Amino acid sequence: MMANKLSRNLNKQVWEITIVDKDEDHYYQPGFLFIPFAIYKPEQVIRPKKDFIPKGVNFLIDKIEKIEGEKNQVVLASGQILSYNVLVVATGTIPVPEETEGLKGKLWYKDIFDFYTFEGSTRLAKKLENWEGGKLVINLAETLIKCPVAPLEFTFLADAYFTEKGMRDKVEIFYVTPLSGAFTKPKATAMLNQLMAEKNITVIPDFYMQMVDNDRKVLISYDGKEVPFDLLVSIPVNKGDEMIEASNLGDEDGLNFVPTDKHTLQSKKFENMFVIGDATNVPASKAGSVAHFEAEILTENILSYINGQPLEAKFDGHANCFIETGFGKGTLIDFNYTTEPLPGKFPFPIVGPMDLLKVTRANHYGKLAFKWVYWHILLTGKKLPVSTNMSMSGKEVDAN
Amino acid sequence: MTNQLNNNTMETLKSNGTQIEVNAEGYLKNMNQWTPELAHELAQNESIELTDKHFEVLNWLRAKQAEGTALSIRKVGNSGLVDIKQFYQLFPGGPLKISSKIAGIPKPVSCI
Repeated sequence: MMANKLSRNLNKQVWEITIVDKDEDHYYQPGFLFIPFAIYKPEQVIRPKKDFIPKGVNFLIDKIEKIEGEKNQVVLASGQILSYNVLVVATGTIPVPEETEGLKGKLWYKDIFDFYTFEGSTRLAKKLENWEGGKLVINLAETLIKCPVAPLEFTFLADAYFTEKGMRDKVEIFYVTPLSGAFTKPKATAMLNQLMAEKNITVIPDFYMQMVDNDRKVLISYDGKEVPFDLLVSIPVNKGDEMIEASNLGDEDGLNFVPTDKHTLQSKKFENMFVIGDATNVPASKAGSVAHFEAEILTENILSYINGQPLEAKFDGHANCFIETGFGKGTLIDFNYTTEPLPGKFPFPIVGPMDLLKVTRANHYGKLAFKWVYWHILLTGKKLPVSTNMSMSGKEVDAN
Repeated sequence: MTNQLNNNTMETLKSNGTQIEVNAEGYLKNMNQWTPELAHELAQNESIELTDKHFEVLNWLRAKQAEGTALSIRKVGNSGLVDIKQFYQLFPGGPLKISSKIAGIPKPVSCI
């Protein structure tokens, strides 16, 4: 995304752009949600990265050992050293089940699964095919996670999946979260808590998991509460790339997220280092839409930086997330650093066609259409017909 | 201290004759109005008897808030003062929400 944008804007006689990636394949991560329920097949979410690299950009497959910010260089596992004038860190976040005692124990990929990885979602699909029912627990190990709405969507889709299989009466669904409700911000939480209740899903809030007891098949919280499970779908602690730690670039949470100016997206440590997406520690959602909106700001600011001008583009924390709610319907939230998700119409007032904080069929089609948008517009660095910073247009400010 | 605090309904508290402004959930609007005495009163509302260890955590939270650091339970667990389990023991229920209220700082926000 950034390479596509920058290669269009930089003079190729002067600038050389190199992308370093450890993986040749690009995964459409939002698709992982649909694999366990056989809505997408695994092969539908993978494409070779080289198809998206613009002409004239170097593409290196290698693992990054560390960034040496003081020396303006990146050390690769192969031993190669790349020097840079400007660095964009886009190393993302990964689930780390090892952070929680007993999570990656003897039940891992037997009765305990993640779905934020290709392997986890494909293995879970096989498990669900033949699962006979019982207590299904969806647990968030931490509040700070990639795509914070995906666990909700997983839960709603599970309800629909078991209903359509004619076995919903054999499955009890529990949504166990360290948050005080189904979501964080008040209006969205009220709406989502209500939806959970309608679908006969039990929300267990304020549950901060300390460990999993594999023998008794229970989750145990730091204050000694227990939740039993037959099948646990875990959203493990999320961390930034381990290379961030090796480069001494992480913040004091110990989660390897890079301290970043939340408006300019410049690293707080090095002025020629910029950070995008879920690699940052900015207080925005770790969602794909955020990375897209940030890319617009970041492109402007990098161009300002190399021209010796002040960084004037300011990111407002804009996130826009479709939430699948099952049975061919979905809802939509649109928010930023200071404005919580509100009801209303999106992207245009009155006509929508999407409804914010309402469950509709149009929102579901929006979600499915997003896959095409992702491959054809986002990755290629084109601009969406949605404002980069959040718009209040169409939102109902005083609605309850 | 003569005033019984009821932070569910009041929007101002009175402590030692001083009016203290709080929001609807009982969080101080101005962290500079906080005093250790007020902390004892706020803790009583949560049925917590404050010890020196509580104050170490409260002062750490206030210092971090003053620096503009976003707080989390994990961060308190990494502070070197208490681990997460001890934090729960000091402030049972929702340790970060309760300790923030007693420390006179805003309710922690989640970014998602």
